[in-house]
Amino acid sequence: MDPQSSPAAHARAPVYAVVGNPNSGKSTLFNALTGLKQKVGNYPGVTVEKKVGTAYSQHGQPLTVIDLPGTYSLAARSPDEAVTRDVLLGRRSETPMPDRILCIVDASNLERSLYLVHQILDLCRPVILVLNMMDLAARSGLNVRAARLEKELGIPVIPCEAVNGKGVIEVKLAMSRAELPLPRHAWNVPQAIASAVSELQASLADNDAKLPLSARAEALLLLTDRDSIQVSGSTPLSPQTAAILTGWQRRWEREGTDWSSILVQARYDAIGKLTTQVVLRTPTGPSASDRIDAVVTHPVWGWIVLGGVMALMFLSIFTLAEYPMNWIDARVAGLGNWVRHSFPEGALRDLTTDGAIAGVGSVLVFLPQILILFFFIGLLENTGYMARAAFIMDRLMSRVGLNGRSFIPLLSSYACAIPGIMATRTIEDEKDRLTTILVAPLMSCSARLPVYLMMIAALVPGDRVPLLTKVGLMLLMYGLGTVGAFTFAWFFKKTLLKGKPPVMIMELPPYRLPGLKDVGLHMLERAVVFVRNAGTVILAISIVLWFLAAFPRAPEGAPAGQQLADSFAGRAGRVLEPALKPIGFDWRIGIGLISSFAAREVFVSSTAIVFNASHSGKGADAEAAPLRTALRDARWPDGRALFTPLVCLVLMIYYVFAMQCMGTVAVVKRETNSWRWPAFQIAYMTGTAWVLSLIVYQSGRALGF
Amino acid sequence: MAGHIKLSELPKGASATVRDYPKSGGSLLRLREMGVLPGTVVTFVRAAPLGDPIEIKVRGYHLTLRKSEADHVVVEPI
Repeated sequence: MDPQSSPAAHARAPVYAVVGNPNSGKSTLFNALTGLKQKVGNYPGVTVEKKVGTAYSQHGQPLTVIDLPGTYSLAARSPDEAVTRDVLLGRRSETPMPDRILCIVDASNLERSLYLVHQILDLCRPVILVLNMMDLAARSGLNVRAARLEKELGIPVIPCEAVNGKGVIEVKLAMSRAELPLPRHAWNVPQAIASAVSELQASLADNDAKLPLSARAEALLLLTDRDSIQVSGSTPLSPQTAAILTGWQRRWEREGTDWSSILVQARYDAIGKLTTQVVLRTPTGPSASDRIDAVVTHPVWGWIVLGGVMALMFLSIFTLAEYPMNWIDARVAGLGNWVRHSFPEGALRDLTTDGAIAGVGSVLVFLPQILILFFFIGLLENTGYMARAAFIMDRLMSRVGLNGRSFIPLLSSYACAIPGIMATRTIEDEKDRLTTILVAPLMSCSARLPVYLMMIAALVPGDRVPLLTKVGLMLLMYGLGTVGAFTFAWFFKKTLLKGKPPVMIMELPPYRLPGLKDVGLHMLERAVVFVRNAGTVILAISIVLWFLAAFPRAPEGAPAGQQLADSFAGRAGRVLEPALKPIGFDWRIGIGLISSFAAREVFVSSTAIVFNASHSGKGADAEAAPLRTALRDARWPDGRALFTPLVCLVLMIYYVFAMQCMGTVAVVKRETNSWRWPAFQIAYMTGTAWVLSLIVYQSGRALGF
Repeated sequence: MAGHIKLSELPKGASATVRDYPKSGGSLLRLREMGVLPGTVVTFVRAAPLGDPIEIKVRGYHLTLRKSEADHVVVEPI
């Protein structure tokens, strides 16, 4: 038995890598193989998601399975694709080079799928080829002869329908085989570049310590992968090999040889020969997908469908999320009370209740919304509608330098920026992705609603706010945020994140019924990632904010407002007052701004504390007085009213733009892998909020409001 | 090059053979890797509701690309 290919001979569990095109059902297969035994993290140094799971062989032996990011080619064009390439080539130190490769292809789209397979077979590693979506292939009149393909390639080829679990056992059986044959993969490198390939191959073996067999694959790859993306954590090329490569490229450029095209053409020629033997075609009429698309991407119906889908999404978020949100609210309050009654009084108890529980609770309450959004995003991706939405919206998004892929993340941010930002992983271009992350929190999320509602109530005299005024002001704020987001996106793409001309080469995969298990898993996995990664940051910020509000301690028996007014937060509010006065805010509003850095809706509760109690003369009456009256009674020391209609409007505008959400900060930190971007985001958003507030307040004053 | 037009100018529903293709820049290399090569038959399926990008059928699957990219691809209608 050859020890190299025998899983039993390894001390560690054998490592399998799952590779395939996007939309090939790769994640479905990964889920089917590993179930819930998955770990999600980041590849160190890059913002590429690392998914590793454990599957069990037929004999119960554990197998490590890595789900590599989907790609169409090993010539990487994005950090995700670069990670796939580098893991397969063993270039990453923290990830073991896979012992075996599980290559999954869409059988209904074999020709294009085999391009990646062709590159992977070059690697001369044991490969199992999984022909997924055999049902779809049959329905589009394709008879894919797996046995013939197996004979031609010399590797196990397994027909499969991963969505309904058909063929998964066979895949596991193949994975359990003690020995796997190496691919019989003879193809002639085109004459024009053959000598370059052998020269590079020799240099890679000598200078870069590559195994002779994979050296050829690497040499071929270097020729298509010329503006190759380098990601940190991957070993660079030795200078000798790099010199040979540049030498050849110069020579070809002089001769006018388009070396990478020659290579691509040669691969497709080989694939073409293969598929004529393997695939038998029966002509069929337009597929179900074609008929659906005739409506979904129709110039008129397309917009109605898009609007309907989005309306349904928001309707579910706002109606369904309410119940679990109230439930969580009650549980968090209950837990706080329980701790308050069960533990001795003291700073530690308050830290737990007012700091940790209340702070984390203020973010946790949005978890139902976040889950529903993840569910919808998963559903849209799974069915194939996501690509259609990107197709329809691309033109509009391109006006500000983005592409259609940014649409769903930005739209989701109207409910909550956190899932929106986490959904930007589908944007291939890194600069587009970063721009989307930076502007997503400008979309008015649901945490702003309570602030808007409170300010509208305080702004409009009379007990009943006319519906039209309410709606009008609301729309104004949403519009302001949207315009702001697109303006900044345009600005960032012109300046800070200026990139290559935009590319939008995207597959429109056939529509599929969603695998609810996959969508559910996706939702859970995203939620776990959010809670685990954002949790610590949110906890830390909560405790800091609590400390600012709770220290120094006020004398025993002082009302809550007194405590807050004299705390560090109160002092900070006073220190900030010179900066706040020009925009019409006093130090008490400053306290609200500071404490609502946790989450925007906290502004409402902290304002209630600080203003009710500031009328200490009224005692218990003030406590009972509705917030609106309290706000209306609030005065500057010189007796002027504090919450004039102008100030209410300015506060709303401030909240449209200011970055007041620790959950977002934590998620941006995770998604950009540095503190630099969240810091920049806080600075530019809050800076804009201040400047705009200043302009509005000062012009309002000048106009006599 | 009589009868040769840009891929972006192909009428809806028409098929054509890809003829010429500029030397590969970054995004055009990916277009090649996606199977759009000289000699390949492509069908113009539709343009997006706002006119851009366009959807083509190639090697049995659907691909979208922007007109600015399709402008580079010279095709011969069948």
